[in-house]
Amino acid sequence: MSALRILVPVKRVIDYAVKPRVNKTQTGVETAGVKHSMNPFDELSVEESVRIREKNSAPGGVEDICVISAGPPKAVDVLRTAMAMGADRAIHVEVKEGEEEPLEPLTVAKMLKAAVEREKSNLVILGKQSIDDDAAQTGQMLAGLLGWPQATQASRVAFGAAGDTVEVTKEVDGGVETVRAKLPMVITTDLRLNDPRYVNLPNIMKAKKKPLVKMSLSDLGVTNERRLKVVKVTEPPPREGGGKVEDVDGFISKLKELGAI
Amino acid sequence: MLFSTATRTVLRGVSSVPRSTSAFSSPFNSPSALRRLLSSLAILEQRDGKLNHGSLSAITAARKLGGSIHGFVAGSNIKPVAEEAAKVEGVEKIIAVDNAAYDKGLPENFAPLLVENIKKGGYTHIIAGHTAFGKSLLPRVAALLDSQQISDITAIENENTFVRPIYAGNAIATVESSDPIKLITIRGTAFPAAEAQGGSATIEDGVDPNVEISVEWVSEDLAKSDRPDLATAGKVVSGGRGLKSKDEFDKIMLPLADSLGAAVGASRAAVDSGYADNSLQVGQTGKVVAPQLYLAVGISGAIQHLAGMKDSKVIAAINKDAEAPIFQVADVGLVGDLFEKVPELTEKLKSS
Repeated sequence: MSALRILVPVKRVIDYAVKPRVNKTQTGVETAGVKHSMNPFDELSVEESVRIREKNSAPGGVEDICVISAGPPKAVDVLRTAMAMGADRAIHVEVKEGEEEPLEPLTVAKMLKAAVEREKSNLVILGKQSIDDDAAQTGQMLAGLLGWPQATQASRVAFGAAGDTVEVTKEVDGGVETVRAKLPMVITTDLRLNDPRYVNLPNIMKAKKKPLVKMSLSDLGVTNERRLKVVKVTEPPPREGGGKVEDVDGFISKLKELGAI
Repeated sequence: MLFSTATRTVLRGVSSVPRSTSAFSSPFNSPSALRRLLSSLAILEQRDGKLNHGSLSAITAARKLGGSIHGFVAGSNIKPVAEEAAKVEGVEKIIAVDNAAYDKGLPENFAPLLVENIKKGGYTHIIAGHTAFGKSLLPRVAALLDSQQISDITAIENENTFVRPIYAGNAIATVESSDPIKLITIRGTAFPAAEAQGGSATIEDGVDPNVEISVEWVSEDLAKSDRPDLATAGKVVSGGRGLKSKDEFDKIMLPLADSLGAAVGASRAAVDSGYADNSLQVGQTGKVVAPQLYLAVGISGAIQHLAGMKDSKVIAAINKDAEAPIFQVADVGLVGDLFEKVPELTEKLKSS
């Protein structure tokens, strides 16, 4: 088996614990002054890549773990975090804040295709979705553009003892499904795949010395071409709690009154 | 360049012809020229030769768009599935591809199969459910067609404009697509499945490119249950961390579910702790449900959980913490020890 060259795309998003607020102009969600962090599914991707190396689970070994992120200057923070978790190096594709609309998954997939070719990656591990746009598309689009096999919503990744095969167990409706493919391939991570490690100070210091290359979208041959125009963004209709009842009998009669049983 | 080819420019020109809202909401009154242009392909799911009725939601969404509607099925011995789908009212044609290579719905060969059939049929809208199958397949198709997919829509405003939740349902985005072919996944709970009756579509063999498959299906392990399917159940009872163990979860939640004829769901905390199977998780990263009744037991109500159930008609909660966020959205709440209250509730529901 050839050595693994893993590409791990990561995204900086509003922290999962923050309740997002729609901005006054109804054009999007308020991001200024809001805590951001690495998309939780991307942490799983980084963790899995590092574990493949640490556990020596790929017969050919891991030659390189490269993280890549497209976004404003602050996206560097999540790249440094990924390197503190164990990635070797990073590529920051800078998109000026406020100057351009967020990239759509198709654009990101095209950019990643170029990055895969440039970095000679043979395995791409992405999160199954970003928790801001909730699109769940980029990995599949990338696999389609590359013509590579894909395994989405992975909860287990195992390498064959010989040859270039990867076996992936996927979370599907009603249970799990296992598929096997030859490298190169694209995998997207589900929550069940692993528990990402916390980064410690020595590793954060080390990560500062790891190489971080800056690029622009045009270096990777793409432009921020948007196919979807955001007409408006609104708050979901508020839901009012209906109050509490004293006991089980009250509970049942209220449910009957509401026509729920 | 957004519209690099002449074809795109022409299509855009036509699709931006102004029309009144009333003409759109009643597509049969719209000019025939426009009706001809708008044509949808609904991707239907099958398993072991049985039509997945939940996937008929795609036809409901196609009906809202107006224009002609075709359905698409593929797999071995596909005829009975195609015949059943052909009974759905409003569907003109079922495109069926009979080939065992498509039984497992693997996107590596299913995506090129769809691309060929989409090109042949000249469809403007491709609609699939936002299910594990649709999520895995459709973005791959979209990339091959160079179209930016619109995921998990909950409403259709017009043929170009769609509504979808973002940020775990904490914001609702309305987006307008400029792609000539629109690929859409729909939230099943927002579009009830069409019934397989009243229609008489013709059945036609689709093109089969027979793309060599680059992935091997190894095995599956699906949870077996006699209870209703979580995603489409009319009632859902869901347990959280408060259940404390798998034994308690089974002992408390399963009889409650049976007394109501409900499906069983779980919070991420309950799944992570091994109380319930992964496939039962309700929330941003699990299933999105919108039943008539959602009864949350021992669930605090984190935003990621609320993302999966806050469109339920009636939300009820039992929790010992009166300050739990779940009570802010619950139509009826009972503060108390679930180990005491739930068995009492189960008994009283059974005897009533």
